[in-house]
Amino acid sequence: MNVTVALWLSQDAVVNGSIYALLALALVVVYTVTRVIFVPQGEFISYAALSLATLQSGAVPGTVYLLIGGGLLIAVLDGSAALRKRKFKRLSAVLAENLVLPFAIAGAAWWAATRPDDLLIQVVVTLAIVTPMGPMLYRLAFQPVANASVLVLLIIAVAVHYMMTGFGLVFFGGEGVRTHLFPSAQFQLGVLNITVQSLAIVATSLVLIVLLAVLFGRTVYGKALRATALNRVGARLVGISTEFSSRLSFGLAALIGAVSGILVSPITTIYYDTGFIISLKGFVGAIIGGMTNYPLAALGSLIVGFLESYSSFWASAFKESIVFTSIIPVLLWRSLTSHRLEEDDEP
Amino acid sequence: MSRRVLMWAAIGLLAVAPVVLSDFYVTLLNYIGLASIVTLGLVLLTGVGGLTSFGQAAFVGIAAYTTAVLTTRYGVSPWLSLPAALLLTLPIALFLGFITLRLSGHYLPLGTIAWGIAIYFLFGNLEMLGKYSGIAEIPRLSLFGWSLGDGRHMYYPIWAITLVALIAVDNLLDSRTGRAIRSIKGRTKMAESFGVDTSRLKIILFVYAALLAALSGWLYALFLRYVNPTPFSLNAGIEYLFMAVIGGSTEVWGAIIGAALLTMLKEWLKDILPSIINQSGNYEIVVFGLLTILLLHRTRDGLVPFFAALLPAEKATLPRATAPALPARIQPPRGEPLLDIRDATKRFGALAAVSGLSFEMRAGEVLGLIGPNGAGKSTVFDLMTGILPANEGEIRFRGERIDRLPAREIARRGIARTFQHVNIIPSMMVLENAAIGAHLRGSAGVLSASLRLDRTEESGLQHEAAQRLDWVGLGSQLFEPAGALPLGSQRLIEVARALCADPALLLLDEPAAGLRYMEKQALADLVRRLRQGGVSVLLVEHDMEFVMGLVDRIVVMNFGEKLAEGSPPEIQNNPAVIEAYLGSVV
Repeated sequence: MNVTVALWLSQDAVVNGSIYALLALALVVVYTVTRVIFVPQGEFISYAALSLATLQSGAVPGTVYLLIGGGLLIAVLDGSAALRKRKFKRLSAVLAENLVLPFAIAGAAWWAATRPDDLLIQVVVTLAIVTPMGPMLYRLAFQPVANASVLVLLIIAVAVHYMMTGFGLVFFGGEGVRTHLFPSAQFQLGVLNITVQSLAIVATSLVLIVLLAVLFGRTVYGKALRATALNRVGARLVGISTEFSSRLSFGLAALIGAVSGILVSPITTIYYDTGFIISLKGFVGAIIGGMTNYPLAALGSLIVGFLESYSSFWASAFKESIVFTSIIPVLLWRSLTSHRLEEDDEP
Repeated sequence: MSRRVLMWAAIGLLAVAPVVLSDFYVTLLNYIGLASIVTLGLVLLTGVGGLTSFGQAAFVGIAAYTTAVLTTRYGVSPWLSLPAALLLTLPIALFLGFITLRLSGHYLPLGTIAWGIAIYFLFGNLEMLGKYSGIAEIPRLSLFGWSLGDGRHMYYPIWAITLVALIAVDNLLDSRTGRAIRSIKGRTKMAESFGVDTSRLKIILFVYAALLAALSGWLYALFLRYVNPTPFSLNAGIEYLFMAVIGGSTEVWGAIIGAALLTMLKEWLKDILPSIINQSGNYEIVVFGLLTILLLHRTRDGLVPFFAALLPAEKATLPRATAPALPARIQPPRGEPLLDIRDATKRFGALAAVSGLSFEMRAGEVLGLIGPNGAGKSTVFDLMTGILPANEGEIRFRGERIDRLPAREIARRGIARTFQHVNIIPSMMVLENAAIGAHLRGSAGVLSASLRLDRTEESGLQHEAAQRLDWVGLGSQLFEPAGALPLGSQRLIEVARALCADPALLLLDEPAAGLRYMEKQALADLVRRLRQGGVSVLLVEHDMEFVMGLVDRIVVMNFGEKLAEGSPPEIQNNPAVIEAYLGSVV
């Protein structure tokens, strides 16, 4: 290995690592707020990448029907409940959110599909299709059992992952796609060729991370999320709707997943089930960081990026084994340094 | 129809199944048996122990590959490959368990996902394991020259082992160790306070489940006579967990029902869906996911507990008294220095919950520890029992320093306690809850419990628990679920549980709260009787009438410090105490 190869591998590592860092953040947010270990995170990646590719090919992606279908289901469930209680204001809000909005997004998708060259519109529409799926998912799959054990929530998360993967195959088929997103320009920095693409990915990740830090540190919504994560009962007592916080965290996770999906789609071929393994690497990053500490999770994700890119150079057949075994020394170190008698969160 | 009839009917059906069913269904039943063995381990580990593992398929794979390699490459007998597979799984499970189990809840599922994936890719890339194409032509299993080669012949070994595993796990759960296992899910502090080494127990559980998975892997390799990485992937590991949760992860029969339901559902969906939906696609996983979600929305405990609730409850009875009463502790001679707390301080951040507290107790004494809410009384209990480490000062019990010892070691030295916030296991019977207290007075381990060799000891423990429950007035409610009792009675279970430990020093944290007048009288009588028997009692209580009539001496705490100490009349007339309780009189 010479310096050029090493630098090139490092660039790859940083690019992938920054995407894992985004995913690790989403996983940490969802876990701390709702206690759901969010296995379906990866599906948002695939959905976003494949929806964008479908729009670029001039067609309307099937994810739009999922959005409309989910909206209809919630409209029936929540709408009928509101009607029975004669809460008409609530009814109109439910209908606006779950009927009008999905159809508006579907209209936008149909329009965007006719403009194959308008990249920005396609990206925005893709985000608009995928992001609302987060809160919808929470409402349909998790809200009815919000106080169940972590295990039951986890099993439901896996079931949701199965369903979404199955739908992904139906909508997009088994073919892999790559999108065209960034100009192929590159420039020289010493011996290193830096592509605009990798710069754009790292920059987007950084901007999103800073925005999220602002959201959590400065806004009332972010504080509500943090309060719910620290103590659900306490948050409810001071008037924070944990239901709202949970939906918000799922929305954030979907948004982050969608952004990650759009970012990776030009550099990796994405199939309907690719997202799962990508988000698992985010999990590894989050574990290395200790699940609840965000800066460490980001650092852990970078380490995952480096491990992956260097092991793909030296021992590409064992790349995945190396990445996923890397948490064992981390767990070993953590278990040797932790002496507290841990009381689990649920009796 | 009672449970027992239902169980024998199921066993009978299983016995005749291969005679009447076609090859296809016998094979399906073989798969169900293989999955049930793994899932039984998960019932123990995840359902009862609260430790979630996605990695069981990896253990199945390790054993299956060990069997394949040993029999095909080294010509080892298939029978000998079983101990080899178990012996290889053991250190791997010990290592993985050691690094993940001591951490809090969510590391384990994530860690198991990671090694599940890592081991799968390892299987698929190692030259000696045949890479992704696997290892074929594993020899047949034979018994006394009779070949058990084809699927039909493997049916009986598979199901015999499944039923033996089921009985072993069921036996284990109904034992001294079983009660400890059932207390590690969210009740580790309580369990440690009665001498359970919860970290060690978690590792034992994990290894037990891994060995069951290895057993299934050995059978799998000899049944299919071919191994490749796919059946040991993360997906398979997830499926085992699905089986446990859907069947009902707290019940042994849940493992079988879950394995059967999932295995059949998958086959059935693969068959039926393409004819309903005239389009190719992976619809079965969509329907499968949907059914799982709907099911868990309706019955989150799984199917078996749901249907078991419809059956008439089994009448439990005490076992025949086959053992002599448990030997009682020789109490320290009356008046000997028993407890010595010196300058104990406990800070939570900037708040000193206990600061520079000192007091002494002599054997045979009943000491009241009183003070307004938040004075630090329960924290003192936590310091004395090793639940919390003190920041400063020392605590001695019978001359020995105990403030650096873990809770279970302090329990071993003869201190037993009740908890202010009732810390019982609601789903367990009253008798079982109390019997946890006697944990250190028995010694039967996992193996003897699984094999039912512990019955004499068990009878002794249960009779002890029944007697102590009778003392606190719960003798007629031994077999009710503890969670169904009113709060006052639950506190009395706590008292009985502490008594089961046969303590030299009994710590009672607000035992009279929620009791009616007559019940308080009975409790006071009990404490007096204990004192006569040489037991020393440290009592935290707010009911002053109860305290003053009962104790020899009182220590008053306020804001973490000792405010006063003396006999009940002295304390009642102490101006500082009156001010602390009633506010200053201007």
